[in-house]
Formats: sequence, C-alpha cells, structure tokens
Amino acid sequence: MDHIDMHRLKQGEVNLGTSIMAVQFDGGVVIGADSRTTTGSYIANRVTDKLTFLHDRIYCCRSGSAADTQAIADFGHYYLQMQAQTLGSAPAVLTAAAIMEKMCYQNKDQLSAGIIVAGWDKKTGPSVYNIPLGGGLFRQPWAIGGSGSTYVYGYCDATYQEGWGKDETVNFVKNTLTLAMSRDGSSGGCIRMCVITEDGVERKFIPGNELPKFWEGKEVLGEATQKALAAISAVSDVAPMAVEV
Amino acid sequence: MLTASVYSNPGFDFSNLTRNNFLSEKGLPLPKATSTGTTIVGCVFEDGIILGADTRATEGPIVADKNCEKIHYITESIRCCGAGTAADTEFVTNLISSNMEMHALTHGRKPRVVTAMTMLKQYLFRHQGHVGAALVLGGVDATGPNLFTIAPHGSTDKLPYVTMGSGSLAAMAVFESNWQANMSRAAALQLVKDAISAGIFNDLGSGSNVDACIITVNHTEMLRNVEMPNERVQKERTYVFPKGTTAWKKEDIKKLVLSEEVTPIGVEAMDTD
Repeated sequence: MDHIDMHRLKQGEVNLGTSIMAVQFDGGVVIGADSRTTTGSYIANRVTDKLTFLHDRIYCCRSGSAADTQAIADFGHYYLQMQAQTLGSAPAVLTAAAIMEKMCYQNKDQLSAGIIVAGWDKKTGPSVYNIPLGGGLFRQPWAIGGSGSTYVYGYCDATYQEGWGKDETVNFVKNTLTLAMSRDGSSGGCIRMCVITEDGVERKFIPGNELPKFWEGKEVLGEATQKALAAISAVSDVAPMAVEV
Repeated sequence: MLTASVYSNPGFDFSNLTRNNFLSEKGLPLPKATSTGTTIVGCVFEDGIILGADTRATEGPIVADKNCEKIHYITESIRCCGAGTAADTEFVTNLISSNMEMHALTHGRKPRVVTAMTMLKQYLFRHQGHVGAALVLGGVDATGPNLFTIAPHGSTDKLPYVTMGSGSLAAMAVFESNWQANMSRAAALQLVKDAISAGIFNDLGSGSNVDACIITVNHTEMLRNVEMPNERVQKERTYVFPKGTTAWKKEDIKKLVLSEEVTPIGVEAMDTD
C-alpha cells in the first residue's frame, strides 16, 4: 500500500462532496442537503440521505467522509437516547451539538467531518449549530457547509433576512442548494429537506428535474455564424461537426 | 553473566516498519494480497432479494481462481457478496456469520439484516479501511427485504439496486437502464444475470461464471454457476505426436540406479519378542 497521507482523504474513501444547509425561523428550522455520494469521480449513490436523525426533534447534516460522519452520527444517536432515558425528557439541541463537537474535536486527527446540528427544543426553541472540520461549536441563524457552500456564501449574505416564515425559509434553502449544486461538481442529484418544528418533522423531496430554474446561459455566437448554422441544417438533417467562419 | 539482548526496549517494536520502508525504497515492495477484482450486485424484487456475483479471483494480472464463490453465508436468510481483498471478505463474513448465530441463539428469534450491517460497518470502521472488504449485504427479515452496500471504511448505503467491485460501473449501467420497481422473480433474475455478464465481458478484473442467490421470506436458493458463458470447448484438433515422429541415430540406455550392500557391525537386532 502507498504511504498514507492524512492531509487528504484516505485512499478509496467514500466521500460526501456536499452542499448542506440549515436555517432557523420563528417556529422551527429548515435543513437541506443535496443527494450525491462520490468515490473519486464515480457517483456511488445519487439519492443519498445526508439529513440524519439524532433525536425526535434534532437532526444533523453530514459532510466530509461518509464513514466518519455515519459513525459520529450513530454514536450521537446512542448518547442522546441514553440522555433522554436517564433524564426523562427530550435533550436540548445544544446538548446534541456539544456531544457531536466533542467527538469531532477529540478525534480531529483521524476524522474528516463537517457537521451542522439543527432542531427544536423546549428551552431555546429552534436553533442551528455549525461544527466545522477540526471541531468548534458556533450558533448561527443560518449555516451552510460542504464543498458546494463556498459558491453561495455571497448569495446567502445578500438574501437572508430575519423574521421569515416557514415557506420563505424553505424556498431560501431550496434556491441556495440549487445554486450550490449547479456550480459544484461534487454536489448534485436531488434536494432533501426537513422542516423541524415543535409539532413534528416534515420531510420534503425535490427531484433533480424539478429544481428551481436560474439563468442558464444563451447563444453568444455572432449573427453570421447563426445564419451559417441555419443554412447548413436546412440543407441536410445531419448535424454539422464544425463550422468555419 | 551475559544475556542475549533481544528485547532491549519496553513497549512496541517498530523496527520491522523501518525495515519494510527501507526495502520498498530499494525497490522491493510488500507482497500483494489476492484480490477479487469483481462484479457483485444486489437487487430488490417483488418478494425478496437477488444477489449476484462473478467467479474470478485475481492476483495482480494473474487469474488465481477461475471459479471461486463470492456469495457468502451470514444466516439462512441473509447473504453477503464480497469484493476487495479475498482473505478479508472471507474472514469478515465468517466472523459476522458466527456473531449473528450467537445473537440469534441469545435472543431466540431470527436476526435482522440491519444487525449484520451494523456489525460489519462497526468492524470495518474500527479498522479504518485496513480490512479491505467491499460488501453487498442482502436478506429478508421481520421488516421485509433489505439491501445494503458497505464500503471498506465503514460507510453504508441502502438502495433498491446496488453494485460493487471493479465491474460495478458496467453492472450499474445495466441496472440504471432496465431496473423497475416490483419486478417478478424471473425478470429480476434475468436482470441480475445481465448485470453480472456486463461485468464479466466489459471489466478485466471480472470473468468466468455467474453465481446468483434468491432470498425470499421462507426460502433461500443458491444458484451456483447459473450461467457459464466461458466454458472451455473440446479442441478441434489434437496435438499429440505419433510415436516415431522424431528420428534418432543412436540409442544408449544407462543404468541410473546404484545398489550397495550394507553390512551392519555391532548393531543388535531389534527385539521383536
């Protein structure tokens, strides 16, 4: 085997080159993610569920290594079950986020995991916590993560406003993720979303052919070229391979 | 008094690591393990799961086994296809099969597919990818049909149709174009056979025959070599030369066996009384 380089992903590792997001609003939180899982240039799963259950009203969005984040989420789920049994009440989102952060920080040398924890609890209502690559715990009104997020920081800064309702927040998440997926090669597929409120968790699924449409470009060749192309296609029904002008 | 100082330092000894790095720098790499450059697939149909595999095992460019078995037993109604390092897939499935039997005995009921999946993923994650097993796990339990893939680092996926190994791209192309929800048993088996055949014919790491395994609620059918598209045929001509084809000028027969007589002196005869 080759020399192991810990700075990069482990060789042959399944990766979540991802676009993930969580936004809080008055009554709850909306979380969302794309559905692509890759191994190198191969899409290992095109309908992945990166929105992972931690407790009744607490979910996390996973980015980074699939194996690492699944293991962390499994442990988090286990801890929160124990917590809920011993305390006899539903755990707070902060508790869940702190547990996840502890695992990410203490094992930072061996993990590649960027996680967003979001949910609703009785004490603080809706909340979103970001846990970036080496650990750290940051409460934010909105958080984005994964390789696709770098393309849409500006969009989020320009668009987000306080005081939105559920539908506006859902649209914000949907649009942001669509833009991220269209620019990031390792994000794509469909969008999965969850709306977490006191009343329950509502799942939403948007297929890849029903994503919102943005400007997708238009023909920029000159008029002379357009005419030449039209003339050729009028003469024969064989598509021209190259046009010299 | 002098003592041989074999273990001079306390704790672990890493001198072999230094030696191996030195040797590989000098151009002597570590020996390669037998790998199953493989096509393995799984597919959900109306009343269960069908698993499929090719039967080629490779050691680098050499075909080590032309008809090996890659569908491993976990429990009666849970089976597992293995790709990657042959030894690792063999031992990890044996270990989990054993643990599943113990689990069934202690709890007194049929174990679930997710249980096997969790055991496998936790084992593989603990070994951080050094146990090179890429698996397709399928079976039917109290919750219905279940199908998973497990990658060597311990990540899992749950899908209605899956492929793994070097031939996974060829096989997935077949699934993506022809798979339908609620397929009949016959149609699903044909699809699995087509997917494995795509791997056998289009991937260099896969070859030989098709194995399949049909798992339903109360019956598991192992179809060993359901398709044999690469059978060796009788040669059209024989290449045995008739006696006397080669002429000779001289015949000379030598006696190669030497005999000598040994006389025992002062040795008592064995007591045979």
